[in-house]
Amino acid sequence: MLGKLDWSAIPFDEPIPLIAALVVFLAAIGVLAWITVKGFWPYLWREWITSVDHKRIGVMYVLLAGLMLLRGFVDAIMMRTQQIAAVHGPGYLPPDHYDQIFSAHGTIMIFFGAMPFMIGLMNFVVPLQLGVRDVAFPTLNSVSFWLTASGALLVNISLVIGEFARTGWLPYAPLSELDYSPGVGVDYYLWAIQISGVGTLMTGVNLVATILKMRAPGMGYLRMPMFCWTSLAANLLIVAAFPILTATLAMLTLDRYLGFHFFTNGAGGNPMMFMNLIWAWGHPEVYILVLPAFGIFSEVFSTFSSKPLFGYRSMVAATLFICIVSFMVWLHHFFTMGAGADVNAAFGIATSIIAVGTGVKVYNWLFTMYGGRIRFDTPMLWAIGFITTFTIGGMTGVLLAVPPADFMLHNSMFLVAHFHNVIIAGVLFGAFAGFTYWFPKAFGFRLHEGWGKAAFWFTLLGFILVFLPLYIVGLQGMTRRLQHIEIDPWVPWLIVAACGILVMIVGAACQITQLVVSIRHRDELRDETGDPWDGRSLEWSTSSPPPSFNFARLPHVGGEEAYWTIKQRRIEMQDSGEEPAYEPIEMPKNSPTGFVAAFFATLVGFALIWHIWWLAIIGLVGAYATFVVFAWRDVADYEVSAEELERIERAGRAAWFKHREELA
Amino acid sequence: MSAVSGALPGAISPGRPDPHRLGHGSGHGHGATGHGEGGPASKFVTVAYGFWIFLLSDIIMFSAFFAAYAVLAKEIAGGPAGRDLFELPRVAIQTGLLLTSSFTCGLGSLASHRRDMVWTQIWLLVTGILGAAFLILEVQEFAGMIEEGAGPSRSAFLSAFFALVGCHGLHVGMGLLWLGTMIAQLWVKGFRADILRRLQCFNLFWHALDIIWIAIFTLVYLLGASP
Repeated sequence: MLGKLDWSAIPFDEPIPLIAALVVFLAAIGVLAWITVKGFWPYLWREWITSVDHKRIGVMYVLLAGLMLLRGFVDAIMMRTQQIAAVHGPGYLPPDHYDQIFSAHGTIMIFFGAMPFMIGLMNFVVPLQLGVRDVAFPTLNSVSFWLTASGALLVNISLVIGEFARTGWLPYAPLSELDYSPGVGVDYYLWAIQISGVGTLMTGVNLVATILKMRAPGMGYLRMPMFCWTSLAANLLIVAAFPILTATLAMLTLDRYLGFHFFTNGAGGNPMMFMNLIWAWGHPEVYILVLPAFGIFSEVFSTFSSKPLFGYRSMVAATLFICIVSFMVWLHHFFTMGAGADVNAAFGIATSIIAVGTGVKVYNWLFTMYGGRIRFDTPMLWAIGFITTFTIGGMTGVLLAVPPADFMLHNSMFLVAHFHNVIIAGVLFGAFAGFTYWFPKAFGFRLHEGWGKAAFWFTLLGFILVFLPLYIVGLQGMTRRLQHIEIDPWVPWLIVAACGILVMIVGAACQITQLVVSIRHRDELRDETGDPWDGRSLEWSTSSPPPSFNFARLPHVGGEEAYWTIKQRRIEMQDSGEEPAYEPIEMPKNSPTGFVAAFFATLVGFALIWHIWWLAIIGLVGAYATFVVFAWRDVADYEVSAEELERIERAGRAAWFKHREELA
Repeated sequence: MSAVSGALPGAISPGRPDPHRLGHGSGHGHGATGHGEGGPASKFVTVAYGFWIFLLSDIIMFSAFFAAYAVLAKEIAGGPAGRDLFELPRVAIQTGLLLTSSFTCGLGSLASHRRDMVWTQIWLLVTGILGAAFLILEVQEFAGMIEEGAGPSRSAFLSAFFALVGCHGLHVGMGLLWLGTMIAQLWVKGFRADILRRLQCFNLFWHALDIIWIAIFTLVYLLGASP
């Protein structure tokens, strides 16, 4: 009846996950109870859960990412403390649990922290920057989000019911095959990633179609803001790379469930093929994460230097160069596996060449700042912190790209330090910069600057303290994923790293405090103009938060930096304030399709993990029925009348003119 | 409102102009390339375009299965090889069925352009029957192989074969489910704009499955059956 599921799945003998799960469970119950008592359910259902508005979905993505970043951060704290607690001793995490911790840390940070954060920001910003009213496929967008949430839910369920994979964040075969990982851990990984991966692929299709087919009149390709360009590149990579992940995980699933022999040791299976396939997705994935961050930094550097982006077209070229070359370097993840000197050399050279594209970008950002009027607001701090630390990470990457050096450093803590150096300084700082930069647009008030700056400095300092020592122990020969430490010279450095993570905890606390303080003081931090940073692209031309339809009339774009041009013209013309004629517009209706489909997807995933076949069939039928119900509906849009538009716009214009008068 | 004069918000500072405008367009309208000039494309174009992108991603997924097949094709682990198993006449009939179903699918699309309900339904139904016949032959082939002890767990070659061809078959099966739903929907709702868009997507999907089948036919069956 319940497949492999019984009471032994709950880890009563392991207090740490049990207590952690209990705390999370109680917190979740508490939040749900609070929502119920306050009577917020109808509001949440109507305005958020069923929303197909790209801005709302973007906000929910970022919220999910924030929660998952915290969850992954807890894993990181446990790893760092375990390594200083387990010097010549067992520490507090048994090996079996420690392996799950580092696997869950990587999986959660990449798939449910970094990815949703970037996708959320793209979702929120891209249609606004393009001057259009929504993404190409609004309901599909909602499906994508809820499928991602479904995957995140499955990973977190594994904390209490059963176990998570012990194979690392990429389940290398043959370790992940049934012979060596007989439990449900790898199955949790497979179905969680498969379900959220479908969501990500749909987002990729959606945003590519949006950027290539839905732009305001006059917005030619070479007038798009840089963030749109890097989003385009990242989503093209999603469309091209995620199907490989889907196929690879499907093959591993077939091996585990139906006795196929893709990656097994026996019957002609080829474990090396798993490495090749997974990294043919995995390396582009790195750029899927970091390219949108590069776009955010481009926007931030230009806005806070009060200058157009230096070398816009070379930036576009560098982005597309990275987009293509990112598919030609995957083998550098396993130089040591014996592909031969010629193959290794080719991939080593390709890896070094990809740094050229990034180098072009770094110089363009530096020249953007040169001669500008730089304002050191929080987003700019994150950007400057990025450019200094990311360059170090980039250089250690080029070092690792040299195959003989990689033979020394492969799977060492040096590698761990390298990729955290690029992914924290690149992606995470980018996410925080974008979060602070666009927060006023999403909610109509700024984040508190003081707490934001404190968060930046603590995070930066903590990050350096954690990872510089890890470079050093890596050079001293420490390999990654060690559950206990037997070599004394490493210990002082590991203690420094553990202190570093304490500083990072303070940084994270500042970040949360910033959010709380800002919400409580939202009236003082309110931004009436819609343009708090003196921005240059179209998202700043509408009110904050923007109305559901973004723009009452689609803007006409006359050049690069569309809003800057409009703003300058308004200054010159001393804006007549003449009201344009409005035409009614049609907006897509909200739909619970995404939420319901993801509910069934979660059922299917859970059922397949535990071999509860009848439940899987129910889930699949339910998902199909959901889509048929959606396809059967007769009214897909609602109309916003011209009078309504005029009323909303008039209020916005009144606020803008009031602000002008006050300043004059 | 027009009475407001004077400088705009103090926050707006022109900053330092960049006299050389390095890496920027001329700014006289020639710099804008691409199809941005007319504003957002129509829904029909956007939907078909988005579906094409999805199909491309689907083809990439198949290419991963093809790559796995190419790597594992010789790994028969002492079991039967392709030439012992493949029956080319059956595959020829399957190919004929699938390609004909694409043709009838196209005829259905033409009938829908004429808004001819009866012929649209007839051609869609014929498409479905041909597709189902294809699938039955494939299931028979699989069942026969498994009976002979040449199932997917026999060798890596057979794993890759069953996964690749089965994935295509799964797509055909999903296509049939979609087609049945579309037939019912078209019957109840008539030629509505959104239903015509979906029909267009179904056409694209069905033709894409042909492209993949031709690759399977050549690379798996013809090459595999040759000595």
